[in-house]
Amino acid sequence: MTPQEILDKLTAKFSGVAGIEAKLDNSIDPYIKVSPDHILEVAKFLRDDEETQFDYLSCLSGLDLKGKLGVVYNLFSMAKKHKIALRVEAPTENPTVQSVESIWKTANWHEREAFDLFGINFTGHSDLRRILLPYDWEGYPLRKDYQVPEYYNGMKVPY
Amino acid sequence: MAETIIAPPKTSSGRSLRTEEMIINMGPQHPSTHGVLRLELVVDGEIVVDVTPHIGYLHRCFEKHCEHMTNYQQVIPYVDRMDYVCSMNNEFAFVVAAERLLKIQVPERVEYIRVIMAELQRIASHLIAVGTYGIDIGAFTPFLYCFRDRERILDLFEMTCGARLLYNYMWIGGLSHDIPADFIPRAKEFCKYFKAQIRDFNNLLTYNEIFVKRTANAGVLPPEVALNYACSGPMLRGSGVNWDLRRDDPYSIYNKFEWDVAVGKGEMGPVGSCWDRHIVRMKEMEQSLRIIEQALDQIPEGDVQSAIPKRIRPNPGDVYARTESPRGELGFYIVSDGTATPYRIKARSPGFVNLSVINEIARGAMIADLVAIIGSIDIVLGEVDR
Repeated sequence: MTPQEILDKLTAKFSGVAGIEAKLDNSIDPYIKVSPDHILEVAKFLRDDEETQFDYLSCLSGLDLKGKLGVVYNLFSMAKKHKIALRVEAPTENPTVQSVESIWKTANWHEREAFDLFGINFTGHSDLRRILLPYDWEGYPLRKDYQVPEYYNGMKVPY
Repeated sequence: MAETIIAPPKTSSGRSLRTEEMIINMGPQHPSTHGVLRLELVVDGEIVVDVTPHIGYLHRCFEKHCEHMTNYQQVIPYVDRMDYVCSMNNEFAFVVAAERLLKIQVPERVEYIRVIMAELQRIASHLIAVGTYGIDIGAFTPFLYCFRDRERILDLFEMTCGARLLYNYMWIGGLSHDIPADFIPRAKEFCKYFKAQIRDFNNLLTYNEIFVKRTANAGVLPPEVALNYACSGPMLRGSGVNWDLRRDDPYSIYNKFEWDVAVGKGEMGPVGSCWDRHIVRMKEMEQSLRIIEQALDQIPEGDVQSAIPKRIRPNPGDVYARTESPRGELGFYIVSDGTATPYRIKARSPGFVNLSVINEIARGAMIADLVAIIGSIDIVLGEVDR
């Protein structure tokens, strides 16, 4: 299926409720915007529908959009050999996004990484804690306004 | 038939022994965890009840560094150091992503040389995987032979670009050097030599009875679990899923060559066992040789630097490009904001994703089998932690 067909399918199913918005003219990879409170049902629909069958969550990335935080889902279907990218955006003050771990288990570690580096809260995640940084690290380094701390555990950071 | 009652163990004074589950740490400094990986194990005697991996000991802020580059080309040496045993494949993935972002078409000679280098590197990487896996299981000799043959590949890289491990060889739009005049005959000589060596490795290790007994029933990963966890590479193909990005989502010029995708068939035990993942790697080395031989015969003449852009400033937009590295799907998600600095680069490393499945396949195994399972995943902590 082409991204346009997938978009039409989603609009027909979730018209007006899930914040579906097309970004198909994006220069290289088209993506579809979904509201952070509906990503779970959209993901479930895309995985279980006969025509889409997105069984493979290839990559999940956090994104700082200055004022908003984003999560990008790169989905592929092994059976149908097509692809689509989904994107959700949440305000930086309260970045809460539904977890898709129950749909694709691989999201577990990817979401932990996005939580670790961007501070995005995934509701419904089974084990949301830091993964790459130490457990007592403060702040979210990949945010654009991140300031490198002067001290970590009493040690000067640019040592 | 009389019922057998096994009495619970008692101390000499007649009291019952206290039994409980125990939490132990395996790593971060443990030879079989292949780097600085810490596994928090809950064990009931010798049986693993639960595994929690702790990673991040080798985190070098790759993604943060990239956002402070002044140029996309500067990212390539960092990419080299992600998965340091297959740097060529990392570079390949990054330049494929960047060229899609910039919409550059590279000359055919460049594509051929890239494929040759990537496949040579795949063999070198699998040699380390197979050799160190032998050590995990208790076979030391194959390791030495593997490293001896890997040296020959590194010699080929050295004569091309001067570096043996971290190359900075593939640039966006081209290559840093053309191959030297005697590269093609020496690469052909290597292919001829190495074919016989694969047979030797199979006799020494793959079909060794002790090795088969240790691996053929351990760490069985069912295909639907592998897909749900987005496993890729030998991990996925070992579970019997016929999927290879070089064939199914072709990039570069892989669709020009004739070769087969190696898939685990469960010859020695259930499909998806550690042995299946091992045999996939052995077969992939043969297939890589086939690709290299065809590419060496067909390689056209040309200038390898003609398409290198003077100034790299992609239009705003984002791209996700994925390639098949020796460990699986290596993808780069790049967001450009129209300036010369990447706005965001995320590396989807296969080791990171493949490792996340470990709790599913290691639960209920013996601790010794856990060593076999970690080895069969073939992780490199440099790319897990980035």
